[in-house]
Amino acid sequence: MSDILVNIDGVECKAKEGEFVLNIARANDIFIPALCYLSNCSPTLACRLCLVEVDGKRAYSCNAKAKDGMSIITKNEEIEKERKAIMEIYDVNHPLECGVCDQSGECELQNYTMEMEIDSQSHSIADMPRPATDWGKIHYDPSLCIVCERCVTVCKDMIGESALKTVKRGGPELDKEWKEKTPKDAYAMWNKLQKSIIGVASGADTLECTMCGECSSVCPVGALVSSDFQYKANAWELKKIPAANPHSSDCSLIYYDVRHDNVTNSNDKIFRVSNDYSFGPIHGGARYGYDFENVVEGKDEEAFEKVINTIKTKVDTIEFNSFITNEEALILQKLKDKYGYKLVNDDAYAYKKFLDNFASTSGENLYSGDLKSVQKSNFVISVGTAIKTDSPNAGYAFNNALSMNKGAGLYFHPVADPIVDGYSKNLLSLNHKVGAEEAVLYLILDIFGKNLPIETADYLKSFHTTCKQTVGEGEEAKEIEVDENSLFEILGIDDFSEKLPKLLAKKDSFSLIAGEDLYNHSKSKNLAKLLGLIQKYTDFSVVIIPSQTNTLGVSIICDLNKNRGEFTLGYNVKADVTLSALGKGDLDMPALNQQEGTFTSMNKRVVPTNAALPYNGYCLNDIANELGFDAEFTIDYTAELPTRRGFKAVAFDSLPNEFTRAGVENRGYLLSSKIVTCKDEVDEISETKAMNSPLYLANPVQQFSAFTNRAHQLNEAGSLYASSEFLEKRELKSGDMVVVEGSGGVKLTLRVEVDLMISGDIPYLPTFDTKLNAKQFFPNGYRFADVSIKGVK
Amino acid sequence: MSLEQFSKRDVAPGYIFYNAEERPQSGWEFFKRGFSRAIKGELLVGLKIVLVEMFKRGNTHTVSYPQEKLAIGPRYRAIHKLLRLQESGSDRCIGCGLCEKICISNCIRIETKLDKNSRKEVSQYTINFGRCIFCGYCAEVCPELAIVHSSDYENASEQRAHYGLREDMLTPLDEFKANKQQEFPGFGALSDDADSFVKKTPLAY
Repeated sequence: MSDILVNIDGVECKAKEGEFVLNIARANDIFIPALCYLSNCSPTLACRLCLVEVDGKRAYSCNAKAKDGMSIITKNEEIEKERKAIMEIYDVNHPLECGVCDQSGECELQNYTMEMEIDSQSHSIADMPRPATDWGKIHYDPSLCIVCERCVTVCKDMIGESALKTVKRGGPELDKEWKEKTPKDAYAMWNKLQKSIIGVASGADTLECTMCGECSSVCPVGALVSSDFQYKANAWELKKIPAANPHSSDCSLIYYDVRHDNVTNSNDKIFRVSNDYSFGPIHGGARYGYDFENVVEGKDEEAFEKVINTIKTKVDTIEFNSFITNEEALILQKLKDKYGYKLVNDDAYAYKKFLDNFASTSGENLYSGDLKSVQKSNFVISVGTAIKTDSPNAGYAFNNALSMNKGAGLYFHPVADPIVDGYSKNLLSLNHKVGAEEAVLYLILDIFGKNLPIETADYLKSFHTTCKQTVGEGEEAKEIEVDENSLFEILGIDDFSEKLPKLLAKKDSFSLIAGEDLYNHSKSKNLAKLLGLIQKYTDFSVVIIPSQTNTLGVSIICDLNKNRGEFTLGYNVKADVTLSALGKGDLDMPALNQQEGTFTSMNKRVVPTNAALPYNGYCLNDIANELGFDAEFTIDYTAELPTRRGFKAVAFDSLPNEFTRAGVENRGYLLSSKIVTCKDEVDEISETKAMNSPLYLANPVQQFSAFTNRAHQLNEAGSLYASSEFLEKRELKSGDMVVVEGSGGVKLTLRVEVDLMISGDIPYLPTFDTKLNAKQFFPNGYRFADVSIKGVK
Repeated sequence: MSLEQFSKRDVAPGYIFYNAEERPQSGWEFFKRGFSRAIKGELLVGLKIVLVEMFKRGNTHTVSYPQEKLAIGPRYRAIHKLLRLQESGSDRCIGCGLCEKICISNCIRIETKLDKNSRKEVSQYTINFGRCIFCGYCAEVCPELAIVHSSDYENASEQRAHYGLREDMLTPLDEFKANKQQEFPGFGALSDDADSFVKKTPLAY
């Protein structure tokens, strides 16, 4: 796409050919009213407010594509008359309850009514009862709804679930006399508005979706709001604290909306989380899992002294997970440098090993892609991740690419996922055998590889055989030569090479998402190397999803050890001495919504997060200071992040955290990658042992860790989650008790619960509930284990 | 979004620093300031006025409070009252929170929740009268004329918190039933010609 110039209201604007006029205007700070359009989603043309004049002809700027030399007028008398009539009609029968509405002034209907100076009403139609309903975490009040269809659009084009749709309103028909009295576009809009209302697509009483809440975020009026937030606070009292999603590695921009708790308690409380829906969707974990703070009365000096003494005398290992900031990781690394502690973090260790091996064939220490590149591509492959729950934002980018760029995709995963299947008709869901990821990557190399190294090319050739097949019947029967690829057999999936040409037609940009299943795979070394080859010898840009919030940051900053020593200090991990933000350790630590610092996101970006709530106790920096370091605040370390490993020496306070009007992610800074020496050596596919009854290690939707489970809206007890197929086959019901028995005699008795968002025969165990020791079945961290599951009578 | 507010970690947000006139440094400067203030003779001016007024005859402007009380004008802004709906007797307040927002001394706090009829319910309402400056903005902004100023200017009490809770301000039910709640003519009430400003909306019924 080439750069062009268009003229909007006399302002010359640079743009890309084919970009929507509305987006160009927004990027250049020119105001065109629009209620129904959402950036990165397809235009719905429901509101018709964005009417403009393009080279003397009327057009809707949300779906008018820019051409070089176009001249656009956003406002003239006729257009204004039309817009005024539209706004007047939106106000017909809209309840006058602005005083109590949860939108509390952040209302686009209110804004545009003021903007267009609507001070009287000349339209009318009889209203009908429209009772409000609760859809789980989301409350829908149809009487406030203006049917702009933003919720429907975002759910389909961004989130990929199509859980909402417009349904029949069943109200009175619009009288014909209005046709003469009302301007053309306003009449058309009204006619459509009067016929529809938003409803659950499946026809059920409640929403059965992943509950990301993005629909309530995009709603321009107070029709869709969080049920929990309803009538609790007004928008204007809430202070927006910009932060980064602390639960998963997308580290999306979120705002904690904070206010004093209540009349008698002046301490701050988070009331909700909001996001910049135009450019940064967030998942349900980030939206509803906000109140995981660790409240302490004050500094517990006794406990602090005890911990410091233990560290000074006994501790030789520090174990932690990756739900920490870059600064804390640096403090731990500095402690290691000074006192020689072993740093143990299983999650980041596996990821680091994987990245190192990846670099050994790709030649770069970081992967090439990010979520933006996924979103912009038109052919996406996902391997080794249950994308809907592991990294919903990667799923959103995947779906957005499919729906906006007429894209196609392949989803390789042993666990079938109806939600992902629903992304697009052009998505092929391939539920391969457990452990066969090597064959998947070889298959990708086989299909997409260009100028592959001779050895690899030869090895790939060995899978192909040509056989003769008869097509047609009777006289038309013909014998043709068919190429057979035995990789499909190894994977245990149907040969899709016939469908491939159709999927690949007109595709020019490719993305590959690789995930958590690969890092602890018994052949992870070879998998990483194969991924490196894919980045080097195919058109794919690769994204390797960090498994926890700051796994990428920790793996770069810390020199990690594999083995523990004699006496371990655990940070948010249970150990001999435990520092914990979960509140059950020897010394309390601030949770991630009480800390300022930076994360390294999966977009390879160092993004800042601010503290939403105060913390009165000790933090890791206090411990470091006691052990001979000197920094007033934890964020003093931001500028000290290792530049030789790709960070920049930038102070925390100068890091931006926003999206620009044009949708550029102006947050923190990008990590720089390094070129490393590489070789094209990879191993052949090794035999994997077939599993009789595999069990997967994953969390249900919205849950990511013990931290999300602390939030009051997400708090639940963990169970064994299985598809309804699985339960039917074993004559179990949701809620029954089962015994899971793994190798080495490990046993767990727990409830089994149906998860309608998976299918197939592989159930999963979650990690978010600390009471269930799920990890005991997965001793090496590999996410599949062979177990036996029996119902308890 | 500007992030400056987050970078000042040593003071509470919104703190404004005031650069006062410089204090005299040396003894000589102190003397100079004291001398220049002393010779102005402002003290004598005041004393003279008091003495003259003291000896004038028929010059009493005070009333014998508390036996005798002055009538208070409707625009006087004394301690607040919360009114009830004339028809149902329930709270007029809808919990919009505008009074809390507009309050310039930040002394109003309101707590709302979803009640069992899925309506917004005011669960708590307080005014900190230690901070209230009786500016009347709350009464003026209230869309329902729910919060008004009464004419009760006698609010001495042994507790600072008295008068400040919802129960204290809301018209007592017995008083309401005895029809003693008066419509408020003062600050923020509708003008007599308010009806003439209303544009009517057509209704299709």
